[in-house]
Amino acid sequence: MTTQPTTLVDYDDAIARFDPVIGIEVHVELGTASKMFCTAPTVFGAEPNTQVSPVSLGLPGALPVLNRAAVESAIKIGLALNCQIAEVCRFARKNYFYPDVPKNFQTSQYDEPIAYEGYLDVELLDGTMVRIEIERAHMEEDAGKNTHVGGATGRIHGAEYSLVDYNRAGIPLVEIVTKPITGVGERAPEVARAYVQALREIFRALDVSEARMERGNVRADVNVSLRPTPESPLGTRTETKNVNSFRSIERAVRYEISRQAAVLDAGERVVQETRHWHEDTGVTTSGRIKSDAEDYRYFPEPDLVPVAPSREWVERIRASLPESPSLRRRRLQQDWGYADAEMRDVVNAGAVELIEATVAAGAAPAAARKWWMGELARTAKTDGVDLASLPVTPEQIGQLQVLVDSGRINDKLARQVLAGVLAGEGTPEEVVSARGLGVVSDEGELIAAVDAALAAQPDIAAKVRGGNLGPVGSIIGAVMKSTRGQADAGRVREIVLERIAQS
Amino acid sequence: MSTISREEVARLAALARIDLTDLELTRLAGELDVIVESVARVSEIATADVPATSHPLPLTNVFREDVPEEPLPVADALAAAPAAEGGRFSVPQILEED
Amino acid sequence: MATDDLTRLTAADLAAALRSGEVSSVEATQAHLDRIAAVEPAVHAFLHIASEEALATARDIDARRAAGEDLHPLAGVPIAVKDVVVTRGLPTTAGSKILEGWIPPYDATLVTRLRAAGLPILGKTNMDEFAMGSSTEHSAYGNTHNPWDLDRIPGGSGGGSAAAVAAYEAPLAIGTDTGGSIRQPAAVTGTVGVKPTYGGVSRYGLIALASSLDQAGPVTRTVLDSALLHEVIGGHDRHDSTSLDEPLPALVDAARRGATGDLSGVRVGVVRELNGEGYQPGVRARFEESLDLLRGAGAEIVEVSCPHFDYALAAYYLILPSEASSNLAKFDGMRFGLRVEPADGPVTAERVMGATRGAGFGDEVKRRIILGTYALSAGYYDAYYGSAQKVRTLIQRDFAAAFGAADVLVSPTAPTTAFKLGEKLDDPLAMYLNDVATIPANLAGVPGMSLPSGLSDDGLPVGFQILAPARADDRLYRVGAALESMLQRRWGGPLLAKAPELPIAQPTIDGGAR
Ligand SMILES: [Mg+2]
Ligand SMILES: [Zn+2]
Repeated sequence: MTTQPTTLVDYDDAIARFDPVIGIEVHVELGTASKMFCTAPTVFGAEPNTQVSPVSLGLPGALPVLNRAAVESAIKIGLALNCQIAEVCRFARKNYFYPDVPKNFQTSQYDEPIAYEGYLDVELLDGTMVRIEIERAHMEEDAGKNTHVGGATGRIHGAEYSLVDYNRAGIPLVEIVTKPITGVGERAPEVARAYVQALREIFRALDVSEARMERGNVRADVNVSLRPTPESPLGTRTETKNVNSFRSIERAVRYEISRQAAVLDAGERVVQETRHWHEDTGVTTSGRIKSDAEDYRYFPEPDLVPVAPSREWVERIRASLPESPSLRRRRLQQDWGYADAEMRDVVNAGAVELIEATVAAGAAPAAARKWWMGELARTAKTDGVDLASLPVTPEQIGQLQVLVDSGRINDKLARQVLAGVLAGEGTPEEVVSARGLGVVSDEGELIAAVDAALAAQPDIAAKVRGGNLGPVGSIIGAVMKSTRGQADAGRVREIVLERIAQS
Repeated sequence: MSTISREEVARLAALARIDLTDLELTRLAGELDVIVESVARVSEIATADVPATSHPLPLTNVFREDVPEEPLPVADALAAAPAAEGGRFSVPQILEED
Repeated sequence: MATDDLTRLTAADLAAALRSGEVSSVEATQAHLDRIAAVEPAVHAFLHIASEEALATARDIDARRAAGEDLHPLAGVPIAVKDVVVTRGLPTTAGSKILEGWIPPYDATLVTRLRAAGLPILGKTNMDEFAMGSSTEHSAYGNTHNPWDLDRIPGGSGGGSAAAVAAYEAPLAIGTDTGGSIRQPAAVTGTVGVKPTYGGVSRYGLIALASSLDQAGPVTRTVLDSALLHEVIGGHDRHDSTSLDEPLPALVDAARRGATGDLSGVRVGVVRELNGEGYQPGVRARFEESLDLLRGAGAEIVEVSCPHFDYALAAYYLILPSEASSNLAKFDGMRFGLRVEPADGPVTAERVMGATRGAGFGDEVKRRIILGTYALSAGYYDAYYGSAQKVRTLIQRDFAAAFGAADVLVSPTAPTTAFKLGEKLDDPLAMYLNDVATIPANLAGVPGMSLPSGLSDDGLPVGFQILAPARADDRLYRVGAALESMLQRRWGGPLLAKAPELPIAQPTIDGGAR
């Protein structure tokens, strides 16, 4: 409960003297239409206690029946994480009293997870690959939500009472537990973040969850411990609960490393406890001590029967899995011929799908990248939105580039057309005709414009005839001006020289 | 087998979230001692080679399809609540984290 | 027909009278409500009487019958339901203070089926708190008295349902049986009770005691009536993962066939371990006589041994408390039922849960929750719960071997006849011993029946237990109906006819409902 400032050791200093070991537990809420063990709906943001049944309320007499889709999603996740899928596994009751747990036990899996012994190769920002060993992925149900009323901040402490909404109770979860992640040293915070980011990418690719961090669809508990050297036995770990943004995951790990280093420097022992991450202050504070009083009295759930996924079922699911996000990225980079750095920027900008669709709409990969990482990236930045939510579709960018390639507009016009599309004036075609843009290709019109410009500045014609081509530019400029930029500057130059020669 | 002390009963009562009077603690310690004494016999024949049976009839893979049904009306959900507020169950302040 | 006669009819005969139009469901239902008003002060079988709802159902059935609708064979026959079964709109307490006044927002599946078949529900019957007990003395709402001797226990936990049927307050009742709570009360009240195969009747809506042992079943005065009721409530339910997804065997046919009295070719196994010492002489005498009758009907009597049954009671009193300690955790004063604030100190959720459970649970419930918490707690699991689950395997193997040698197994249902109220209240272990013969069936999930086999030397009823392999409930009905018909021929009528008449209370304004 202590929130008094803890002394911290400078991060690099801590890393210089200690070897960090991390472990990550990720809970992902599955996107099923009904709950794990009952038919109550799972609409997010519904009015309190309107998404409940006697089962998810834990009413006397109610019994659970397992949602097939939840099991299938769990198997998908297991396979995507290169896990073994259990031939037979069971649910167990985790007994503990808490007001948001309607039965006062959580139906979970204990010694028989549905998936176990896998790994995930995670790519760091600089392209370094790190293999994360997965210990297990198991199925369980989510709890309800407490709102703490009275007292200051809606936090537990100082609250006078709490209000409980069981809409979330019974929503299917898959909990993914890593083995201890060693040997990553100073990059531990970055690895933790990259791992959870990779998981979210997989959840979305598998279409098992919307995986929206801000909705708590994906929640991470990070375990951190320090040891003097990589050869020393594992130190005492702390578990920082519910760190729910990528940035926070990185910061929380970093903070715990500095804090534990300070504790160890002071000759004290790290307490095995759960800690809480405070987004606002960027610190973790001590929560419940993991005492032996924590006795969950697990036993096999007698109201559910064992799950024995047939190998046929598992193989059918395996065959249906989409290409893994990382492999897919490598394939696209090949096809598009992007440099590693270019591809990484595209990925970090979340532009992979956008560029893929733009290329599909007829743009060359290089041009597509130019648009999304250039003009559009700038617009998104100034508007403070992400690329995907700009009011322009990849198809429209593709059409725009086709207009450029066909010579109907030049780059300068193309930017005007894009502005029109972003302003909601319609498709590139529509903007071109509506704004009367498009390169002037009528020779007569151009010749007239050139003659007019030459007549306006007779001295220039003389200079050019005298062999000084310098001033030609100002004639071209004048013509471009009079044609509102819709002339092909190259062609204008030719005509200027012709007319001067002829006169 | 181990005898059940008064302190052990107090620990178990805390785990089971049941307030017991001193009288109850003392009486239960005595009674449970006798009961555990007699039920402990099970270990005499529960050898390593015997598998455990948790379900009387062996069923596997009982599933429902992922089809939501009409939820309980919120009025029904809250009808028996000792206290409620704004469609939520009202419970006393929670001190421990879960 | 005089209303007194209506309450004496079997459900089958009453159903026939209803179908022929000789009697209306309102008449039949009112007759039983009057009987309830008259004898409840002496018996106290009910915790809640639903006069209005029952009569409304009866009126509806009479109207539909008049309109020529073809109705379920038992439509209009009233029934009593054990208070451990949730009933939408009717108070459901499981005999506990912690649920006082709770009105469930949904029906148990078996109740849905009773309503669909048109059986008026007379009320909810008394029971040991959360079905923990063998005498109904652990009810938070007072004792139920045995109609054969009001100073004696009606058995438990379903003493209310058995007494209601024995006292002619209802022709049919629903019980639940976790270790004998249907069969043992049937034995000590001279009635018929059946625990179906585990998974044969949905547990959805039964307030769980021990999930892997609980089964609901019929409580009646005749074997045929049990078969009729069993067919109403039985069969697959998608709301119960442990429900058997297969049709019930033909139970009523089996009962009718058995009633012809021919058992030639049926092998009846006498379980050596469920007889002999510990069983009252009168109980053993009645058992032997029944065996002779079965032999006379052409059955082959063989002796079988189930050596591990000696460990059944021990395994049961580890598995039940363990599962119960978890099943009863939801009673915490947060969402429904009783909420008690601690006498002093801060009012926190944790302390309110403790105070509520301390005040809301009775002694036996606390005893078993603490025992179960102990058996599951770290370090003890393997020695206790784990070992008990292994014993369960050994008991199933005993049954498998025994059913290789016999089609049904038989034993006395309980070692003794009804004992005096209070006699064993302070001796938990002695109380537990009542279920020694009934518990093995629950551990193995096999079906069992108790039917009356006569009166012991003390003039009190003795029960005869029949056990069949899982899914072969029909064998109970065939053998049970055969024995019943032979016994009744010998007695010149049902055993209950020998029960003393009960003191009749003067009707009160509210018809005696409380
Ligand atoms: Mg965890
Ligand atoms: Zn979890």
